[in-house]
Amino acid sequence: MVVYILRRLLWAVVVLLAVTLITFFIFYKLPPGDPALRFVGKQPTTESIALVRHNLGLDQPFYVQYGKFLKAIVLGDKYGWPGLGYSYDSSVPIRDKIIEKAPRTLSLIVGASILWLGLGVLVGVISAIKRRTAVDRIAMGFALFGISAPVFWLGLMALFIFWYKLSLTAGTGYTPITESPTQWASHLILPWIVLALLYAAIYARMVRGNLLDAMGEDYIRTARAKGLSERTVIFHHGLRASLAPIVTMFGLDIALLVGGAVITETVFNLDGLGFMAVDSVFRQDLPATLGVVLVATFAVVFMNLVVDILYAFLDPRVRYG
Amino acid sequence: MSGELLLEVRNLAVEFPTQDGIVHAVSGLTFSLRRGETLGIVGESGSGKSVTNLAILGLLNSERSKITGEILLHGQDLLKASPSQLRDVRGKDVAMIFQDPFACLHPMYRVGDQIAEAVRAHIDVSKSRASERAVEVLDAVGIPNARQRAKDYPHQFSGGMRQRAMIAMALVHNPDVLIADEPTTALDVTVQAQILELIDKVKRDFDIGVILVTHDLGVVAETAQTVMVMYAGRAVEHGPAREVFDAPQHPYTWGLVQSMPSIEAKVAQLRAIEGSPPSVIHLPSGCAFHPRCPHRFDTCLKVRPPLEHLEGGHADACHLDATSKRRLWEEREAARLGIGA
Repeated sequence: MVVYILRRLLWAVVVLLAVTLITFFIFYKLPPGDPALRFVGKQPTTESIALVRHNLGLDQPFYVQYGKFLKAIVLGDKYGWPGLGYSYDSSVPIRDKIIEKAPRTLSLIVGASILWLGLGVLVGVISAIKRRTAVDRIAMGFALFGISAPVFWLGLMALFIFWYKLSLTAGTGYTPITESPTQWASHLILPWIVLALLYAAIYARMVRGNLLDAMGEDYIRTARAKGLSERTVIFHHGLRASLAPIVTMFGLDIALLVGGAVITETVFNLDGLGFMAVDSVFRQDLPATLGVVLVATFAVVFMNLVVDILYAFLDPRVRYG
Repeated sequence: MSGELLLEVRNLAVEFPTQDGIVHAVSGLTFSLRRGETLGIVGESGSGKSVTNLAILGLLNSERSKITGEILLHGQDLLKASPSQLRDVRGKDVAMIFQDPFACLHPMYRVGDQIAEAVRAHIDVSKSRASERAVEVLDAVGIPNARQRAKDYPHQFSGGMRQRAMIAMALVHNPDVLIADEPTTALDVTVQAQILELIDKVKRDFDIGVILVTHDLGVVAETAQTVMVMYAGRAVEHGPAREVFDAPQHPYTWGLVQSMPSIEAKVAQLRAIEGSPPSVIHLPSGCAFHPRCPHRFDTCLKVRPPLEHLEGGHADACHLDATSKRRLWEEREAARLGIGA
C-alpha cells in the first residue's frame, strides 16, 4: 500500500509537469497578442515594450521561461513558497491571489457537496424503494429538471426570488467566515443550493440505478432468506454494494469544481478560483492562469489518489500491490 | 417415511400476470416433507422448481404473483402468514441455499460476519456470541481453521467453500427444513460430491428435512428418499426414489432416466428428450408433455391426465395404462442397452 501511494505520488508530479508544460506552451505559441502590450501602458514606445518584455522574461526562449517557472515553484520566489510569479495585469503575487480566492471556492464546494450528496442519496434511495410509483416519478422528474436547468438561469432566478423579491438571503458577493459566519452562510446559501441541485439530480439517478442493480443480486436474496428486515436488506446490503462508484464520482466532482465552478462563481459574484481562471485567460495573464491550472490539477490528481485509496477500504476485492 | 411431518404443500399454484399473458409457473402441486427425509425435485429449467421454493420462503413478490393453495409448516399456513411472521420463519425454521455460491455471499462483508448477521436476525445475542456461533457452524461444515477463515471475504473462498459457508449460514438456527436449490450446479464435479455428502451429513446430524432441487437425476439418485418429477409447473411423477428409478411410470421420467450417463451406458446410448420445454404462458392442451411424447395418442391432446396414485405411494400423471407403460419402458430399455438387437 505504501509503495503504491508513493508510486502514485510520483505519477502525480509527472502529471503536474505535463499539464503546466502544455498550458505554458499553449499560452506562448498560440495567442496572437503580446502580454507585454497590456503591461506597458496606454502609449507604448518600442523601447518600453522591449523593456517590459525583458523584465517579464518574455524575450527569453520558451524553455528558459518554463525552467524559471519550475524553479520558482520548487524553490519559491521573493513572494514566498511556492513561487508562482506575479500577475501581468495587476502586479499582485499570484500566490497571494490564490490564497485570497481559494477560501471562496472551497466554501462553495464544501457546502454544495454536503447538500448534493445528502439530497442525492436520499432521493435516489427513496426512488429505488418506491420504484414505479408516483413518488419515484416525481423524484425522477425533479432529477430531470435539475440536470436540464442551466445553472446561470437557476442562479439568476434564485437571486431574483430569494434576494430581490423576498430578501431572505444576502445578495451576490462573499463575506469571509472569519468576519461573520451568518453573512458568510447568507451569501453562500443560494450558490450552494443552485450548484447542489445539478449534482443532486445526477447523484439521485445514479444512486437509484446502482441500488436497483444491487437489489437484483443473489446476495440480496440470501439476505432476505436469512430473515433480515427489509430495512437492513436495503441499507446494509443493497446500499453498501452501490456505494463505491458513488464515492469515486463524489471525489472527482469535488476536485473538478476547484477550478471549474465558473458559472456559479460568476453569477453569484463569488470571485473564486474558477472565475480567476477564465478572467486571467481573457486578460492574457499567464502567471494567473498557470497558478489556477496548477491548483486545479493538483486537486484532481490528489482526489484521484484519495478515491483510489478509499476504494480499497470500501471494496475488499480491490487490493493494490 | 416415519419422521415427524414438517412441511405440507397442498394444491399450490403460482401465477405471474405479464403483458404477454399469465405465466402458470406452478399448478396443483401437492407434496410433504418429513424429518430425516430428502425430497428430490427434478425438472428442466422453467418447470417451476425454484418458484415452488421461493413461494415456501415467502420470497416471491406478492404484487407481481398470485399464489393459491396451502403451505403448511408444522400445520401453520405460510400463505396466510403476515410479512413479519414470514420473516421469522425465514432462516430460522426454513433455510435455503442457492445455486451460485459465487454470487450469493455479499462481496463486501467477511464470511463470519455474514453468518453472525444471520444469527442476530432471529435471536438477541451479542456480536461476539454470534461470531462464536458462526465459527461453530463453519467448523461443522468442514471449513478447516474456521476461526481464521471466518475473517476472510467471500472472494478468498473457493466455490466449494462458499457453498459450505452458505450451508453453515443456513444451519445457525437448527432449522427444520433446508431447501437446497441446485446447490451443486455451479461447482466442479469433484466438489459436487462433497457438497452432496455434506448436505446428507447435516441432514442426519441436525435431524432436518431437505428439499433438494436439481435438474440432475444422478444427484437425486444418490441422496433422496422421495422424488418428485416436475414438468411445466406440475408434478408428473412422485414417489419413493427406488420406485421411481427402478420402475419409472411417466414417459418424461423415462426420458430423464435414459438421458442420464452411467458406467454401463455409453454416450451413444444416451437418449435425449426431443423438443424443448413448453411456453409456460401458452401451455399445450391436454397433457403438457404430449408434443414431446413419442407414445402419445388422441386423449393426450385433449385431456390433462391427473396425478394417479399407484401402490407404495408412487403416483404419476399419464393416460397410458399400467401394462402398456411396463411394456414400453422395457422396450425402451432394451433398445437403449442394445439387448435383443
